Amino acid sequence: MNTLIGAEAITKKGWLKSHRWLLLRRITQISILLLFLLGNFNIFILKGNLSSSVFLDTLPMTDPYLFLQILLTQHYPETQAFLGVLFILICYLIIGGRSYCAWVCPMNIITDSAYWLRYRLNIKNRFTFSRQNRYWLLLITFISSLLTGSLLWELINPVSVLHRGIIFGMGMGWLLILGIFLLDLLIAKRAWCGHLCPVGAFYSLLGKRTKVFTVSAQQRDACNDCMECFVICPEPQVITPALKGAKNNISPNIHSEHCTHCGRCIDICSESVFNFQLNSKNNNKGSSL
Amino acid sequence: MDTKRRKFLTDSTAMACGAGFFALGLHFYSRSLHALPPNTLRPPGALPEEDFLGACIRCGLCVRDCPFDTLKLAQLGTAVATGTPYFIAREVACEMCEDIPCVVACPTGALDHSLNNIDDARMGLAVLIDQETCLNFLGLRCDVCYRVCPAIDEAITLEIEHNKRSGMHARFLPTVHSDHCTGCGKCEKSCVLEEAAIKVLPVPLAKGSLGKHYRLGWEEKQKAGHSLVNPDTPHQYYLPKGVQYDHAGKGLIKEKTPFSDNPLDTLNKEFTP
Repeated sequence: MNTLIGAEAITKKGWLKSHRWLLLRRITQISILLLFLLGNFNIFILKGNLSSSVFLDTLPMTDPYLFLQILLTQHYPETQAFLGVLFILICYLIIGGRSYCAWVCPMNIITDSAYWLRYRLNIKNRFTFSRQNRYWLLLITFISSLLTGSLLWELINPVSVLHRGIIFGMGMGWLLILGIFLLDLLIAKRAWCGHLCPVGAFYSLLGKRTKVFTVSAQQRDACNDCMECFVICPEPQVITPALKGAKNNISPNIHSEHCTHCGRCIDICSESVFNFQLNSKNNNKGSSL
Repeated sequence: MDTKRRKFLTDSTAMACGAGFFALGLHFYSRSLHALPPNTLRPPGALPEEDFLGACIRCGLCVRDCPFDTLKLAQLGTAVATGTPYFIAREVACEMCEDIPCVVACPTGALDHSLNNIDDARMGLAVLIDQETCLNFLGLRCDVCYRVCPAIDEAITLEIEHNKRSGMHARFLPTVHSDHCTGCGKCEKSCVLEEAAIKVLPVPLAKGSLGKHYRLGWEEKQKAGHSLVNPDTPHQYYLPKGVQYDHAGKGLIKEKTPFSDNPLDTLNKEFTP
């Protein structure tokens, strides 16, 4: 069994400070779920589900990924869906990256738990495959919508099956979620969120240009090479250029579209290398990768 | 370099194959869902099933805005496409709200927003599918389906017919008229039998359809104001002399009566051996 990750940060910064962003994320994820769940008691703050919803009976929100698939089936949605997509796109222009994955998506709790257990039980990776696979899956979901005229992917999309299931009833959906959990736990490290999920792949493309908020290795000189951030990061490849790029004059800001803004690297670092950065022209040093 | 290239090629091939199989599996799974189970109805204004599956974003806003909790979202592993709204008439029927909140709530128009009069909804079509157990067909006065129909006397009428079994009563036969039936399911829901004798079926299953080139002569005649067949000769029987045709179903009858012109012949008839 592996020791608890981040032990050094806990002793140095205290438990609360070394779990700050994790706690904030869990609170956000669960609050969003609860707001939807209140609908079961006829309290409609957030109505619908993550595919499309209405906030306080006025503000529509629609998932652009699903919206695009609907367009590909050659159905032209009502204005409400257009407005909803517009709102979400604006949110993405402001927040960017794959914040959805870390702060909203309920699958994140499942796959994070699988990864935690995997690490604790010291299960070795049996199978590696490319992180680019998610783009293949993304492509397939679009092509299948185009060819069949039906939202094929939505039949089994674990993200929507889980979220919709929690609110409206899960049915056999539990099996699918359990399958993803076991895949992440036993077969491949971070298999779903890090390698396969087309929803995350879509959001990575959408948030690619936006760099208003970034995680930044501002104090990278203080790094003591403990490697804990690489262990905890769901997309560890995004850290390297920012953390180790001082020699090549690479910006300490993590500009990769795959950074989910989860902030775990900030929590876990005993040397406080990382922080969240509000980008402006002044502190956007160096070029991005 | 060479090993790198080889790895790239094997990886991409493996992935493309995997993705292909995945898509194929998904495709076959979806094929099994394309036909909705016959007891399952879509909300009012739903596009035809094939279009609906491409248009519905599976958000459940229609379910939330249904004041009677009629609608449900399909769960994975059932015969209805995951996340799409449906109701089962025998369990809960559609109450046919005048403001049709489910349609208004639909963000994508999978429930067609041009539906603004609930009487124009066609969620299905009621069919009195079992005439052997329907109490009215047995000669009783159940009438429940007729009474609960929101379009009473339009969508369901009682057609009166002679009761041949008893020979002295009438049968009041519930009869559905497709030009008024919305498929709300009230009749199926309230049928008093263990298993409903009247069922709401998907319209394509319940309704026949004439060949596109078919024209009904009597309608065409009325439209044109005159017969389209020239000349329009009145129907006429060419019968042998002394025989006539009776419309009451008795067929051919001889005009010749058993009575002769002389009444005495009739009176004396009894006495002839």
